Amino acid sequence: MNSPNPPSMDIDLLKGSSRPWWNRLLMSQEAWVALAILILGLIVSMISPKFATSGNLLNVFQNACFIAIMALGMTPVIIIGGIDISVGSILGMCAVTLGVLLNADVPIVIGILGALLMGILCGTVNGAIIAYFRLPPFIVTLATLSIGRSLALIITNNQVFYEFGQSTQSIIAIGGGYTFGLPNVVYALIVGLIVLHFLLTMTRWGRYLFAIGGNEPAARLAGIPVDLIKISAYAFSGFMVAVTAVFLVGWLGAVTNAIGTGYELQVIASTVIGGASLTGGTGSALGGAIGALLVEVIRNALLIAGVNPFWQGTFVGSFILAAVLLERIRSLRR
Amino acid sequence: MALLARLEHIVKDFGAVRALDNVSLDINEGEVLGLMGDNGAGKSTLVKTIAGNFQPTSGSFLFQGRPMSFSGPADARREGIEVVYQDLAICDNLTAAANVFLGREMMRRLGPLRVLDHGGMNSRAAELFRELKSETRPADLVNRMSGGQRQAVAIARTRLSRSRIVLMDEPTAAISVRQVAEVLALIRRMKDQGLSVILISHRMPDVFEVCDRVVVMRRGRKVADKMISQSSPEEVTGLITGAIQSA
Ligand SMILES: Nc1ncnc2c1ncn2[C@@H]1O[C@H](COP(=O)(O)OP(=O)(O)OP(=O)(O)O)[C@@H](O)[C@H]1O
Ligand SMILES: [Mg+2]
Repeated sequence: MNSPNPPSMDIDLLKGSSRPWWNRLLMSQEAWVALAILILGLIVSMISPKFATSGNLLNVFQNACFIAIMALGMTPVIIIGGIDISVGSILGMCAVTLGVLLNADVPIVIGILGALLMGILCGTVNGAIIAYFRLPPFIVTLATLSIGRSLALIITNNQVFYEFGQSTQSIIAIGGGYTFGLPNVVYALIVGLIVLHFLLTMTRWGRYLFAIGGNEPAARLAGIPVDLIKISAYAFSGFMVAVTAVFLVGWLGAVTNAIGTGYELQVIASTVIGGASLTGGTGSALGGAIGALLVEVIRNALLIAGVNPFWQGTFVGSFILAAVLLERIRSLRR
Repeated sequence: MALLARLEHIVKDFGAVRALDNVSLDINEGEVLGLMGDNGAGKSTLVKTIAGNFQPTSGSFLFQGRPMSFSGPADARREGIEVVYQDLAICDNLTAAANVFLGREMMRRLGPLRVLDHGGMNSRAAELFRELKSETRPADLVNRMSGGQRQAVAIARTRLSRSRIVLMDEPTAAISVRQVAEVLALIRRMKDQGLSVILISHRMPDVFEVCDRVVVMRRGRKVADKMISQSSPEEVTGLITGAIQSA
């Protein structure tokens, strides 16, 4: 330390800056989840020929996309050390907004815009309460979960919307249609994945999310607008839920007031299985998406293997535990 | 030595607790000032008042001849006042370079967008670590680093802009002997570059090794302000405990 120049400095710098890419890939939770999906897929296709048909795989993929897009939204929230368990109810609010607007025969653009705004509004309300009143996110979003579902009931007056006026064709084409042989929602997921990956790795916003999740007081001392960033994370989650709502309504062709009920479990499970830690500070765009795929493959595999569907919760829960344990083991090894 | 900053009759109350009681203090350019005192004596409060974390209840602060009133640490940083906090204020999940640039990221153009300049920040951080003669690698995660390296990260943060004074709150607490020597060397290097340093420490040997002057606080009051060469560890110990009233 007293020598004028540490001799191996520059060499060390190159060596230490990053491990080989294959090493990093093997260390990543995403790789483990992908492996789990493959193995599970192989086993199930051996049990039943129904699994590996293009029809079924496409179906799995499409179902996974809805959860995956919401998991993308959940990722920034989990990175800052928060949680949003109101996503199912926000989905309900957005779908109902879309249903009411289209039912009133507005142009499709207005309907979609309304749903997106509703999602952003719900997320912003969550974030503002959490940031400015310093309340625990779990409790705040538990409350808004209850409020959102109840408002959806009030607005719809318990009726189902399936009449979308001039927009009936277009909304069903968006949610149920295909482009180049793949469901439209797949493209929405891919765009969301790329955009979120870019935001997390290349922008100040992404950097600050990780800083807040790692050490919030330090982020404040560094002059980061912590409260605004927090609110924006929840607003982003709300926005992604709204995007999901648009595709889901088009796919189902109807809006019931129960739409989205219970989705929070799958969304949070996907994010956690994909490697985001609930204590904050870690998470990736790919993780949430690939986690959603695993959850859907498990559900589908059980169905195809003829297992009583009551077992689904047990399996999904076990995978959440396994993912958290794997996270813990890897962080000990670091 | 030229006067850099002057505190005049600073009082800071937290409700009924008077954390700083009429403290006046001069800080000279290129000087390392040791700030000592028992737990709760008001050392951290004094440093945080200079750094803009706290607004004094009364009293004034002159910096480079001008009266200052900071509404937050960002204001103080703009004037060239940097802090290494007691708990370091580092994000364990980020790389060393990301921590150094936190809140002041370097950006580059990518088509119509402005994106984080990872390469630029890594090489600038590497430069800063080399200046500090620290073997800290910019792309390493902080949670794998030793106490001394973390200290280097926190200090490198203060070297990003043209700072005039660096306030260090117990930088040598909770690190190994070898790392203590490393941190003291870092402090000397800052002094060589013409910076003023305020060093809060409970470790007598550290203060007597790197400081030019020592200030002792007791229950919010300044009870001594002496050149190191005219004091002794025995006298300072007496001042801290109250066995010696003032000097
Ligand atoms: N944010 C605060 N709110 C209320 N009281 C505070 C606050 N910060 C400090 N104090 C009080 O002010 C007094 C001085 O505290 P300070 O942290 O400055 O002591 P210190 O000399 O740094 O002690 P240590 O050696 O333990 O770090 C203490 O009585 C403390 O309880
Ligand atoms: Mg202190």
